[in-house]
Amino acid sequence: MSTRTALHRDLGLSDDEYEAIVTRLGREPSYTELAMFSVMWSEHCSYKSSRLHLRRLPTTGPQVLVGPGEGAGVVALAPGVAVAWKIESHNHPSFVEPVNGAATGVGGIVRDVLSMGARPIALLDSLRFGPLEGAARNRYLLEGVVAGISSYGNSIGVPTVGGETSFDPCYEGNILVNVACLGVLEGPPMHARAERPGDVAVLIGAATGRDGIGGASVLASVSFAGGDDAKRPAVQVGDPFAEKLLIEACLELVRGGLLHGLQDLGAGGLTCPASEMTAGSGTGIAVDVDAVHRREPNMEPFEVMISESQERMLAIADEARVAEVLELCDRWGLPARVVGRITAQPRVVVHADDAIVADVPAPALADDAPLYDRPRRRPGWLDELAAAPCGDDPPAELAEAWLALLTSPEHACKRWIWEQYDHMIFLGTVQGPGADAAVIRLPGRDVAAVLSTDGPGRYCYLDPRAGAIAAVAEAARNVACTGARPLAVTNCLNLGSPEDEEVMWQFAEVVDGIAQACTALGTPVTGGNVSFYNATGDRAIHPTPVIGMLGVLDDARHAVGAAFSAPGDAIAVLGDTRAGDFGGSDFAATIHGTLAGRPPEVDLAAEARLASLLHRLAAQRVLTCAHDCSGGGLAVALAECALRSGLGFSVDLAAATAVAEPHRAAFSETPGRVVATCAQDALPDLLRAARAAGVPARAAGVVGGPVMDIGAARLELGAVRDAWEAALPSLLSDTVS
Amino acid sequence: MSVRAAIVSFPGSNCEQDCERVLRGLGAEVVRVWHDATDLGGCDLVVLPGGFAHGDYLRPGAIARFSPVMQAVADHAASGGLVAGICNGFQVLCEAGLLPGALRRNAGLRFICRWVEVRVDNADTALTARAGPGQVLRLPINHFEGNYHVDASTLEAMRRRGRVTLRYVDNPNGSLDAIAGICNDAGNVFGLMPHPERACDPLLGSGDGALLFGSLLDAARGRVAV
Amino acid sequence: MRFAARVEVMPKAGIADPEGQTIERSLPALGYDGVAAVRVGKLITLELEADDADAARARVEDMCRALLANPVIEDYRVSIA
Repeated sequence: MSTRTALHRDLGLSDDEYEAIVTRLGREPSYTELAMFSVMWSEHCSYKSSRLHLRRLPTTGPQVLVGPGEGAGVVALAPGVAVAWKIESHNHPSFVEPVNGAATGVGGIVRDVLSMGARPIALLDSLRFGPLEGAARNRYLLEGVVAGISSYGNSIGVPTVGGETSFDPCYEGNILVNVACLGVLEGPPMHARAERPGDVAVLIGAATGRDGIGGASVLASVSFAGGDDAKRPAVQVGDPFAEKLLIEACLELVRGGLLHGLQDLGAGGLTCPASEMTAGSGTGIAVDVDAVHRREPNMEPFEVMISESQERMLAIADEARVAEVLELCDRWGLPARVVGRITAQPRVVVHADDAIVADVPAPALADDAPLYDRPRRRPGWLDELAAAPCGDDPPAELAEAWLALLTSPEHACKRWIWEQYDHMIFLGTVQGPGADAAVIRLPGRDVAAVLSTDGPGRYCYLDPRAGAIAAVAEAARNVACTGARPLAVTNCLNLGSPEDEEVMWQFAEVVDGIAQACTALGTPVTGGNVSFYNATGDRAIHPTPVIGMLGVLDDARHAVGAAFSAPGDAIAVLGDTRAGDFGGSDFAATIHGTLAGRPPEVDLAAEARLASLLHRLAAQRVLTCAHDCSGGGLAVALAECALRSGLGFSVDLAAATAVAEPHRAAFSETPGRVVATCAQDALPDLLRAARAAGVPARAAGVVGGPVMDIGAARLELGAVRDAWEAALPSLLSDTVS
Repeated sequence: MSVRAAIVSFPGSNCEQDCERVLRGLGAEVVRVWHDATDLGGCDLVVLPGGFAHGDYLRPGAIARFSPVMQAVADHAASGGLVAGICNGFQVLCEAGLLPGALRRNAGLRFICRWVEVRVDNADTALTARAGPGQVLRLPINHFEGNYHVDASTLEAMRRRGRVTLRYVDNPNGSLDAIAGICNDAGNVFGLMPHPERACDPLLGSGDGALLFGSLLDAARGRVAV
Repeated sequence: MRFAARVEVMPKAGIADPEGQTIERSLPALGYDGVAAVRVGKLITLELEADDADAARARVEDMCRALLANPVIEDYRVSIA
């Protein structure tokens, strides 16, 4: 074998993959070609382990205008109103350097949405860390990630309106930073295609440096075990100012009809759009590496081709209008250079110094990456775990357990985090952080997009399929609680190594669970991201599918909030409570330190009935509050409505649940339940409507007073509120105030 | 006759669309002026919106103050025209010397996006005329550098002449004297850290911002009539 | 001639420096006792053409007054090499 064989292994390609490249080219690849293949055939870019399974997801529906495969899915929200919606992970870079890792994660997903010709108008972050009470590094990572999101998102002027932050020991060595972005289209969707030979390719944005060479693609493909520091390359540094200019310039280019295609440069650098835009169109491209504007001297052609410098887009334009493109970019103070020309011959040809340094069939890079049906094995320990005690013993003291749950980092007030984010710009945030779902009124319209993210890792650990179903159901329920109709899903599937047969089994189960739930709820998957290799040594994270649910509310003024609204309102509990849903519950984890048993089973047909009931009740303006009941059970859900409003309540839990044992009534996590309130005189209507819709509903109590009373336990609202608000800041950095 | 308002934006400004929407909603005619312009198109009111002009690199407003448009803004101010800088716009006006003082990092060393209460310290200005003296307004803040500082003698003079327009009820950022908004000695150039444009719709949490914009438009209209 | 300049920009004496205070307060927790007067500023380096070192210094001090420092809250110190 040639000396390059050692190189291909360093670049993350297997011997078989190398041979496949040689076969496709009919010769050994050049260094530049090898570098290009290594990024495009990485797990991160090619989905070589996941593609086979992702095909089982439902991706179509009348609301889907653009499905998976483009920069972002595009969904029709209302007649003539379309939005782009996508989630992506930046887990590994954020663990290595939290501030820049998270910042560039925001930048990447924003450019994905921008590439559809959509103006990014909302961000959500789904974050997972190790326990804050544990190692100092867990706190450092949280603070850094929040600072990164804050500095970047605020500066580019896109509000961060929601998400979740969750904690578990399994994320200590592998944090999760998943960022979702919503954009609103101002015209027909733009696309990542280069269909016309003779068009030119314009590289717009920041100068190219050596950022992340062997970066995200390779980084995301190699777990941290083994202490091979050479595979922990530099994280890219983001420049939000450049990104802001890029947003405005690209939108103006699209609006002016100056572009035939647009794609962002992320993992894989320039190689990615050069090959994907052409392969998808049956064309090719001649790239002139020397024309690429650079930040550093003496860069090799391969470095320019795979550099992951941030804040760059590749635009395809008619040669006759390229002067206008360049002039517009200049007006925005953005560097832009013609770096290539689209060709009829379907090859990616790279020129440097009057020589050809790469000449590869475009589909070989973009479409012909290996497709693996990796071996899968159901873990033997699952049955044992399912049979073990699930942590449903009664607590020593019910009120204490209740307080412990409310002040645990999981449920504590997250204001410390989201106050660092601009969550208001664009004047659309009708409901923002801290609500069940973000309600974002679209600019100049009444219609709102309603957004939520959910990913119950512990459920998925116990049963990945059931957990994935629960994730979709909860995300949909969160959206439905505002009165919105769930429409479509973007997902980010975070797991360990696909080369581990048990992880691969978990992955396949997660996909099947999402497919089953999305089909039942009529919410197709319009795109997303798979993040493998979230493992340190042989310790993988819980399989964590993060579901980003998009819904529509026809009139933002009708949005129902998740806080109690007025003293005297009647409280009803929608949905049945089972006494034994403690497997993977917050109660089991926080009170008993237990993770075992079976996760709760979701009745998808009942979820669909519940969602449509909530939609109807909201439209009729019957509901004054609706809050999803999930982690921590009914007692936590009720308390959250109270803590957010400052209004106490009195509830007969036994009557609300038909469950006799108080701790089971309080903390069992049966899905498909919602705490709903209405004016007292509307209660009979509410109960009647529920009965007609086939949704079990019980009158539970009344809003008001300074106490949270569930019969078997009482807590002073004021004192709990202080503790709930102080819990997170007290664990985090000490600052002068 | 409607007031003509110029919204000046710099590369990195990001609240210009929100300000435009709100000002139009209040009946103003709005022109957008890019930082490289040398005139303001004969406007009655200049608004410098929030954002991160030039990325806030070096110091917020430090680079923006050298934009060509700032000479036009200074000329407009010198001839008695109304100027209002919101958040980053306030920072630009301070850097440009059109307002006294400077805005430093928040004492808590974190970015803060939060609803706050501000009290009208002087209701007899072009920014606050529609509000009552001492009226408490609910407005959002959204900044990392909102900690107002000025030397003691200037502060004393400002207080004496009623140049402090708005003060925080509960100081969120360490500002000297809990100052949230000021005006220049002539009473025609205003700077405030809270974002009134985000508080012009009760659905979003408050309508109090319309009092401030409304006051500015009234004052501008007065000038138009003259 | 080409000169290298270093500009130290520091919060003015007497102006609160929360960043410095926070660092000062966190050092004892790491076992560094007896630390006082922590201040946090900026360091700017640049190169410029000038006839001699004095001329270079004068130009950089001009830049400080115009842009690099804000005299309301910051002091600066220029060194030329």
